[in-house]
Amino acid sequence: MSAAAPDITILTQGLSRSFGTVAAIRKVDMAILRGEIFGLVGPDGAGKTTIMRMLAGILTPDAGAISVDGIDVVRDAESVKHHVSYMPQRFGLYEDLTVTENLFFYGELFGVSRRDRLARSRELLAAAGLLPFQDRLASQLSGGMKQKLGLVCALIHAPRILLLDEPTTGVDPVSRRDFWAILYSLRESGVTIVLSTAYMDEAERCSRLALLHAGEIRHCDTPERLKQAMPGALLAVAGPDPRTLRTLIAGRPGVLGVLLMGDRVHVRVDDPARRIPELEALFAGQGITGAVISSADPGIEDVFVALVGTQTAS
Amino acid sequence: MNATGPAVVAEGLTKRFRSFTAVDHLDLRIEKGEIAGFIGPNGAGKSTTIRMLCGLLRPSEGRALVAGFDVGQQPEAVREHIGYMSQKFSLYGDLTVRENLRFFGGIYRVARGEMGERTRFAITMAGLQEREDALVRTLAGGWKQRLALGCAILHRPPILFLDEPTSGVEPEARRRFWDLIHELAAGGVTILVSTHYMDEAEYCNRIALIDRGRLVALGTPGQLRSRHLGGELFEIRCTPLGAALHVLQGAAGVIDAAIFGDRLHVVLGPGGLDQAGLPGFLQEHGVSVQAVRTVTPSLEDVFVRLVSTHHGGQDSS
Amino acid sequence: MNIRRVFAMAYKETLQIWRDPRSLAIALLMPLMQMTLLGYGVSLDIKHVPVCVYDQENNQQTRGIVERLVSSGWFSISRTLTRQTGIRRAMDRGECIAAIVIPANFSRELAATGSAPVQAILDATDVNTTNIAIGYLQGVVAQINAALDAQWAEAHGVKGSLAGQVELAQSTWFNETLDSRNFIIPGVVAVILALVGAQLTSLTIAREWERGTMEQLISTPVTALEVMLGKLVPYFAVGLIDAVFCLASAAWWFRVPFRGNIITLFVTTALFILVVLDIGYLISVRIRSQLGASQVALLITLLPTTLLSGYTFPIDQMPAPIRALTLIVYPRYYVTILRAIFLKGSGLADLWAPSLGLLAYAVIVIWLAARAFQKRLD
Repeated sequence: MSAAAPDITILTQGLSRSFGTVAAIRKVDMAILRGEIFGLVGPDGAGKTTIMRMLAGILTPDAGAISVDGIDVVRDAESVKHHVSYMPQRFGLYEDLTVTENLFFYGELFGVSRRDRLARSRELLAAAGLLPFQDRLASQLSGGMKQKLGLVCALIHAPRILLLDEPTTGVDPVSRRDFWAILYSLRESGVTIVLSTAYMDEAERCSRLALLHAGEIRHCDTPERLKQAMPGALLAVAGPDPRTLRTLIAGRPGVLGVLLMGDRVHVRVDDPARRIPELEALFAGQGITGAVISSADPGIEDVFVALVGTQTAS
Repeated sequence: MNATGPAVVAEGLTKRFRSFTAVDHLDLRIEKGEIAGFIGPNGAGKSTTIRMLCGLLRPSEGRALVAGFDVGQQPEAVREHIGYMSQKFSLYGDLTVRENLRFFGGIYRVARGEMGERTRFAITMAGLQEREDALVRTLAGGWKQRLALGCAILHRPPILFLDEPTSGVEPEARRRFWDLIHELAAGGVTILVSTHYMDEAEYCNRIALIDRGRLVALGTPGQLRSRHLGGELFEIRCTPLGAALHVLQGAAGVIDAAIFGDRLHVVLGPGGLDQAGLPGFLQEHGVSVQAVRTVTPSLEDVFVRLVSTHHGGQDSS
Repeated sequence: MNIRRVFAMAYKETLQIWRDPRSLAIALLMPLMQMTLLGYGVSLDIKHVPVCVYDQENNQQTRGIVERLVSSGWFSISRTLTRQTGIRRAMDRGECIAAIVIPANFSRELAATGSAPVQAILDATDVNTTNIAIGYLQGVVAQINAALDAQWAEAHGVKGSLAGQVELAQSTWFNETLDSRNFIIPGVVAVILALVGAQLTSLTIAREWERGTMEQLISTPVTALEVMLGKLVPYFAVGLIDAVFCLASAAWWFRVPFRGNIITLFVTTALFILVVLDIGYLISVRIRSQLGASQVALLITLLPTTLLSGYTFPIDQMPAPIRALTLIVYPRYYVTILRAIFLKGSGLADLWAPSLGLLAYAVIVIWLAARAFQKRLD
C-alpha cells in the first residue's frame, strides 16, 4: 500500500465481500484521485452500499486492501473515521433533534471548536437553503432538506474526503440541484467525493464513473470517454406515431438497439452516415411523412446498457 | 362504462386539508391508451391527485371521471377498474411467484375460470416461466418488478397507475419494463405514471408538471423541452469553472447557469449574450474557454426551470 | 476517552428523552404503579383463613377461645364439627385449611396444671399459607395466654407483675413481624428498579439501529465507552428519580420503618441503578431490535429477580446449588442491603459484602458492554 502515488486518495485492491453465499462485491480495484467526484453507478443490489461501507471503515472486507489517505482501513478502521465523512443511504441523523442540535452533536463528536462550528454551520446552512429552518426538528423537514442537512452535518468538521451513499435518492430535482451545487463548491476547495447512485442521468455530473454490475466494476472512466466507448451512435427518431416507427426500425440491418420513448424512438446504429439515409428511405417507402431523424447525445444509461446490460438475465 | 370517451377527465379538481389546498382546480384530460406522467416535487400534490383519481380521497371541489365513473360518487366502481403498482409494491417475499399471483387474483376477484389464463399471462410477461415456485424474495429486482406489474393487471384494468415504477432497477430490466408498458398502452390500457425521476418521465407520451397543487405545464416531452426553458441550453467547457459560473450568473441574457460535471450548463434567453458572444465575454473575465455547443435540455432542466420560476426563484424544498 | 464526546452523547440523549414525554412519563409512573400493585398484591398477609372447629368440651371457656380466633380477624369459622372424622372431609372439600381441636378435658387440665393442649391440624398443600396460618395461630395463642395470665394474676391478687408485662411486650413484637409488608416492600423496590432500569436502557441502542442513526454514528470517531457513558448519564438520572419514588412510597405510603442512614441508602441505590442500567445496555448492544431487546430484558430480569433475589423466597432455605446461583442474581445484594438499612438501620460498614457484590457486578458489566459494542456492521 505504501506504493500509493501521492495524488491517489483512495485505493482499493481485490476488495471482496460475501453475505452468506451471496458475493456482494468481487475483486474491486479502484484508484480515486484527490479532488475528484467519483461515481459508483449501478442498479440496486450491484454492491454500491457494500463498497461505501467498507471505505467508511464500518464493514470488514473478506479479502483485499483499502487505503484511504494513506491509512490502511482494513487494519485500522478507527483512524480513518477522523478523516472521512460518511453519509449513509438511509437518513442517519436524529429526527427528534433540531437542525442546530444535530449540527452541535456531530461537531462535538469530531471535536470542532465552537467558533468553527458556528461559522461553518452558518455558511453551510446558507448554501443548503436551510438557514430559516435551524430550529426545526429534522423529522419536520422534507426529503430534499433532510438530505441537505445530512450533507451539512457530514461537512461540519471540514473533512477532506466525503463518502455519500445514494445521497439524492428520493430527492426532487430542485433540491438535487442545490445538493450538487454544494458538491461542486467542495470540489473547488479540493475535497475528494465518492458517491453512489442508481440514477444514470445523475452519474453524468461526476468527474469519473465506475459502472458497477453484480458486484464487479465493469468499466471505469470519465462520462465523456464512456460515451465514446459505446459501440455505435444514438439517433432520435421523432414522428407522429412512434410505435409504428419502432416496429419498422426494429431488426433492420445495422440497428443495435431500439427504445420506444414517450414521443420518439431512440435507435442505436453501427454507422449513422450509412444508416440515416437507409432509415429515411424506409420511411418514405412506407409512406410515412413527418418522421425526423436527428443524432442524440447518449446518456449513461445507454452506455450502461450497451457495455454491461446484455449479459444480464433479469 | 363509456366506450369512446377519455379515460380520465378532471374538472376543477380540488382537495383541501383544513386551510391547506393540496390540489387546486386541476383540469386534465387523458385519452385511452395514453401514457401520462405526473411529475412534481415532493408535496406538490401529485399523490393527493392520484389518490383522488383512485377513489381513495373524496375531492373537496370539482369532479373527476375515471373509466367513466365519478371518483366522488362511485369510488368502489373506480377502484374495480384500476390497477396500481409501485416500485415499493408489496409483493410477499415469503410466498412463491404463483402464490403471490393467486393471492392478488383473489383480492381483485378475478373469475375462477379466467385465473389460469391470467396467471400464465403474467408469468410469461414477467419472464418467470421456470421460476413459478421460487420465493419472490429470491428474485432479482427486474423480475420482481415485472411480477408486481403482472399482479396489478391480473383483473385487466383499463387504467393502470404506476408510482415510481422503475427507480433503482437495472437499466436493461427497466427498458424491458417500459416496452411492456408501451405494449399495454397499444392494447388500449391507459397508464398514469407518478414520479420525480425525469428519466421515467421520458417514457411518457404526455407529461403534467404539478407544483403547489397546480398544473404548471402539460405536453409531450419534446414540447416541454422546446417551450418551457425560456431560452436555449449551451454547454461550455472552460476553466476555472467556479469563476465562470460567478461571472455568468449576473450577466444580461443569462436565464440560468449551473455547473454540470466538469462543464457549465447555461440557458441564454433573447436580448443579451448569445452563443457567438459567449467565449469572448468569458475570456474578458479571465476564463479560458475550450468549447461551446448547444445541447438538448433534459426534462430535469425543464423541471427545475419551471418550478423555480413558479416559486419566484426561491428554494423549492 | 474524550469527555467532550461523552458530554455530547449525554446531551443528545437527554434531548431525545425529553422530546418523548410519553415514554418519560411511563418511565417515571410505571414504578409507582408497580409499587402499588406489588406492594398490595404480593403482601403475604392473609385474612380470614377458613378453619373448622371441633370443640369436644364446648363450654364457656372453650367457646371463649374460639371467639378469640374469630375476633383476631385472621380466621373465620367455616364449619363446626362434631366428629374427628369430619376434619378430613372438610379439608378434602377445601372448606378449611386448618382445624382446631379442643379436647374434652381442656378446662379440667388447664385448671389442674396451668396449661392444656389445643390441637391444630393444618392442610400443608400450600406451605406458604400454612406457615402464615401457624404464625397467626401462635399469635392468637399468645394473646390467649396473656389474657389467661391476667385473669390468673387478678384471681390471685398479684398486680402489675413483671411476668405479665413481658408477656404483653412479646405479644406486640409478634404483631409487628406478622405484618409481612415490612419484610416484602424493600424487596419490591429492588425488583421494580431491576425491571424498570433494564427496560430504560434496553431500547437505547436498538432504537439507533432501527432508526438508521447507528450507521452514521459508528462512522464517526466516537468510541464504544464514550457511547455507553454518554447514554447512561441521562438514564441514571431517570433511574434515581424512580428509586426516590419507590423508596419514598415504601417509607411513607407503606410505612416501612426506616431506621438507617440516608447517605448509605443513596450510595448503595446509585450503585444498584448503575448495575441495572448497564445490564439493559448490554442487552441493547447485543440485540438490534427494540422489541427483542425489551423482551430479553424482561425475561432475564423478571424471573431471576422474583425467584432468586430472596425477595419472597428466603435464600438461606434454598438448596445449596440454587443458593450458589443467587450470587449472580444482582438484585439479591440490593434486597439484602435495603432490608438491612430499613429494618436494622445498618450502615455501609455492615453492608460491605453486598455492596462489594454490586460494585464487582458494575465493573464487569461495564467492561462487557464496552467490549460488546462493535463499530461495525458485519
